[in-house]
Formats: sequence, C-alpha cells, structure tokens
Amino acid sequence: MIQKMKQTAQVTNRHRALGLTDQDVLSMYENMLKARRVDERLWLLNRAGKIPFVVSCQGQEAAQVGAAFGLNRDKDYVAPYYRDYGFVFAWGMTIREMMLNNFAKAEDPNSGGRQMPGHFGYRKLRMLSHSSPVTTQNPHAVGIALAAKIKGDDIVSFVTFGEGSSNQGDFHEAANFAAVHKLPVIFMCENNHYAISVSLKKQVACAHISDRAIGYGMYGESFDGNDPLAAYAAVKKAADRAHRGEGPTLLEANGYRLMPHTSDDNDMTYRSKEEVDEAKKHDGVVTFAEYLRAIHVLTEDVEREMEERIRKEIDAATNDAEKAPFAEPDSVLHYVYEEKN
Amino acid sequence: MSVRSYIEAITMALDEEMDRDQNVFVLGEDVGKRGGVFQATKGLYEKYGELRVMDTPLAESAIAGVGIGASLYGLRPVAEMQFSDFMLPAANQIISEAAKMRYRSNNDWSAPLTIRAPFGGGVHGGLYHSQSMEAIFANIPGLKIVIPSTPYDAKGLLKASIRDNDPVLFFEHKRAYRLLKGEVPETDYVVPLGKADVKREGTDVTVITYGLMVHHVLNAAQRLAEQGISTHVLDLRTIYPLDKESIISAAQKTGKVLLVTEDTKEGSVLSEVAAIIAENCLFELDAPIKRVAAPDAPAMPYAGPLEQAFMVKPEQIEQAIQDLAEF
Repeated sequence: MIQKMKQTAQVTNRHRALGLTDQDVLSMYENMLKARRVDERLWLLNRAGKIPFVVSCQGQEAAQVGAAFGLNRDKDYVAPYYRDYGFVFAWGMTIREMMLNNFAKAEDPNSGGRQMPGHFGYRKLRMLSHSSPVTTQNPHAVGIALAAKIKGDDIVSFVTFGEGSSNQGDFHEAANFAAVHKLPVIFMCENNHYAISVSLKKQVACAHISDRAIGYGMYGESFDGNDPLAAYAAVKKAADRAHRGEGPTLLEANGYRLMPHTSDDNDMTYRSKEEVDEAKKHDGVVTFAEYLRAIHVLTEDVEREMEERIRKEIDAATNDAEKAPFAEPDSVLHYVYEEKN
Repeated sequence: MSVRSYIEAITMALDEEMDRDQNVFVLGEDVGKRGGVFQATKGLYEKYGELRVMDTPLAESAIAGVGIGASLYGLRPVAEMQFSDFMLPAANQIISEAAKMRYRSNNDWSAPLTIRAPFGGGVHGGLYHSQSMEAIFANIPGLKIVIPSTPYDAKGLLKASIRDNDPVLFFEHKRAYRLLKGEVPETDYVVPLGKADVKREGTDVTVITYGLMVHHVLNAAQRLAEQGISTHVLDLRTIYPLDKESIISAAQKTGKVLLVTEDTKEGSVLSEVAAIIAENCLFELDAPIKRVAAPDAPAMPYAGPLEQAFMVKPEQIEQAIQDLAEF
C-alpha cells in the first residue's frame, strides 16, 4: 500500500492529474507541517509542565489534510475527531485558536477551556462539537446529512474516527442509517493501527476496515494514509458520489500513530522502538516533502520560509495563549441551558 | 374545545407543530406508514410525507444520535423511542451528547430535540414494556424531563418541548393514552416547562406526584373529601429540573406530605423532592414525609397477579393520605 517516493529526477507529477495546482499542494504541505510542528511544541509544553495533556496527531497529518482539500471548505459540515489537527488547520482553525484550546483558555473557540484538548467544535466553521466517548459523532454526521436532505441543501457531511472506534455500536448504527437513506455522508476511518495499546489484529478480524462497507450496502475504499494526494482523491470521489445522490462512503486511511496515545501513555510497554522507527520511514510529512522537492515545487527557499513562518506563528500563539485568561470560575454555571436575556 | 384522549392530544401537538414550523420532523420505529405502535403519529405520514415522518432502522442510539445531528443543523426533531424501556441503548447519546452539547461547546452549539417515550405499567407489558425510566435521566443537568398527566397538559407541554432550545425527554404514560380523556382546545397554546401545577386545592394533606399517578391521587382525594379530608395535589409536570418553589409552598400549605410514584422507591425522582422539602421547610412539617412507590424489585412481572402486586394501587394512596390526615 505504501508508496515509496524517492528523491530522484524520475518522479512524475501526480497532483496535476487530480486537478491540483502547485500552490494547492504547497498549501497541503504547509497545513501538514503546521500540524506536525504544533504537535511537537505541545509535547515540549507538556514536558515543561505548562499544559497538562497532549493528544497527538503525528503520523496522521497527510490523510487529514488531503481529506479536507477534497471537501468544499465553504459549505460542507465536518465532525473531526481528537487527533485531527491537520484537518482542522486545513479547515480554517488558526494556530492561535489551537493553542488557546491546548492551554484551555476562555477564548478557545472549541469549548472555552471546558473540554480536554483536541475535542474540536466550531460552529462558525460548521465543525460539530465532539466528546470523549468515541464514535458518538458518527450519528450526528448522519443527522446533519439527513437535515440537509430534508431542507434540500446540497452539502456533504464528513466524519472521522479511529479503527478501534469502528467497533462501536454507534459506528454501525450510523453507517446503516446513512446507507438505508442514501445520505451524503463520508465516514473516514483513520486506521493508525492502535486503540491505545491494543493492536489492529486484536481489534478487528477483517483485512480492511473498508471491507465493512459492503455489509451496509455502501461503497468502501482504503488508501495510503501517508499520502495526502491519495486522501484527496478518495474523499473527492466520495464527495462527488454524495452530490450525485449515490449515498455514503466508508473510507479507510491506512496510517500509523507515531507517538504514544497521549502524553499520559507509554507506548514502549506494548510496541517496539523498531516498529515505530520502521513506520517513520513512511511518515507522510517526510515523504510528501520529498515528492514536492523532487518535482521542484518545494524549493529550499520556500521550505525555509515556510518553517520560519510556522515557527513564528507558533511562538506568538503560545505566548498569547499562555498569557490569556482562563474563564471566570463563576462561568462554570453558565450554558447548562439556554440563557435568555 | 373538544374532549380528546391523551394520545389524541399528543398527535394534535405534533400535527400543529409540524404545520406551524417546517423544521419540525418526526423519526422513529414504525412512526411512518403504521402511525406508531400506539398511533401517536397517526395521519402524519400521509400529511407530511416520509421525509418528515421517517421510519428509521431499529437502532435507538441512531434515532437519538441522528436526531441530535439534525438538531445541530437547525431542525427540530421529535424522536420516538417505541418504549422507554428500549431507550437505554441511546442513553450515551442522550446523556453524553444531547445534554452536554451546549455546555461543552460553551454555548456555540445546542441540541433542541425532543425525545418522546411511552412509559409505565399496568398494560401486561412485563419487565421490558412497563418501566419508569425517568430517574435514570433525572440528575443530568442540560436535560429537561417532562411527564404530562392530562390530555390538556400533554398537548401544551409537548408543543413547549418542541419549541424549547434544549433537549427534552418527554415521557407519556402508555396506560393514560386511552384511559384519560379531557378538554383539549384546538387553539395554539403551550404549557410552560419547569412549572408544577396544583391540580386540587386542599388543606389537610399535600400529595406531590406526576404522570398517571395524578389521576389515581385525584380519585382518592375525591373519595376522601366525602370523609372530610381535604387533599392538596401538586402535579410536578416537569420532573427535571424540579420546580422547587412550588414543591416548597405545597409542602408548607398543609405540613403533611405524601409523595407518590409508580417508579421503584429507592432513588426515585421523589427522593429528590423529599430532600428539597427537608432542606427548605422541615420545621413546618407536622408529620414525617411519606412515600408510596413500587417495591425495589427490578421491574414488573408479566403474570396478572404479579403485575398487580408490583403496581401502586389507588387504595394504597387513599390509605396513605388517610394515615397522614390522622397523624
């Protein structure tokens, strides 16, 4: 599954055929890099005792960003899960907002510091709020699609979740409902091969998560989760099917979780360093940069400038978020119910 | 004004709200062509079509969860759980999702859906078609729980629930569906959520109750009036969050309080009512708070005599009021 992209002159341009410009793929890469660099900074902040918790996206950025580019970023509704840093950046969240979220400050647009980091939700961006019990967002995404159908609106509803989550009842109930009513939903499983410590083989007996699609009477497809172009193509195709009234699609991004489950986990208790090192060879952030260099889109100057721009933005955002106030303690009683003025 | 059954009042409320607001739609098992197993959605499929009166796959978590999603988009879903006993698979969607949507998003998102569910026993329903489920959901801030006791209240409270901008669990007593009849105006009216209602004024004993038990209590009060006992009856109507003010003033009114529920006794909604009274007006009581409830057994059995043994009976209520009056 995993494409090896070598830095040679023979590398052919793969994005043009997908209708993507050089600017598009650079923008994809920048979002992937943003997610990676923010994630790295969060671990430093955590180890320095500045933030209590990190849930990591590393290894999954390629699929996340490619998927976002395959959707209509002005119209579609999305329900990203807690590792989707790459997705939410590509969807319009700023680094400052992400830092406010991780520092749990009042200005965090996701929850004002109420939820743990990575529990995204941003109405302005048509991004549903999600919780910690996994896969509860899948039926919500189906409800969005049903509501759009009732209203006659031509949109796509996109939802992500892990392969461990694909064992939950809500995954099944949502997929079946969407298929029966031919709703415009894209279910994208980010298969990172671990549900905390339990490996894929102990999670499912099928060869591919996308194999489950046939049981629901929907189209299913797996792709290389380290390749943003593969993600883009698969999601774009699924969105086109949805717009044509052909119903939902189950996609599976084959990837790997490079970091422990969270900052509270020690992954060396259940997997080997060799295994992680091997996966790093296929890391999408690295391999996509190699591709872009090989086709002379990512020049040394562009790359340096990009790294610099991201670093400055992260520095400023971290500084801002650290100084920003927490919500007032009294606010703990607010918004239990609608507050009428 | 016309005399309608409790279930006809429910159907009227749904019809009127669907007619008034294009965003209101119904989803659940058998709600479409069949009109619901109790006929609560009778005629709506023909009138509003299958998209707005949607038969769903048999999967309660999806019914609640898809309803939540549709409410996030701006619609006003009315989801039906065929029997309240079957809503536990949806409990995570109700408790972790609907109830917390506004809070966890810091008021960015809200989930204005209504979940209707028939509850209660006395219909030969056995363990899993007879239960009272309200206590399970009655300590979840973010949720509202409504249980009407009359056809008039059923229509007005359901309309208020559908228009409410937060999630509401709406429990309908299935034995009340055809047993209770009363005046129901054809006009557009709502009964406000969060307000208990004095169903009978009295001076000797206060009874606080809800659901079908209101009917039994009122009958008992009628009989006891002939013996010179004057009973004050407060119908909670919204059982979460509770109308504390009305509970306290009803308790103060007579100083003798009987609490009646057909739910099992320990940890029922009435345990909270008793705590509110104890916290706020203990020294105005002239007798210990008394409770009449179902026994602490898992659920009511199917066989007739066993079902009867489990159910709260009108005579028990009458006896308890009399005991308190004589205390």
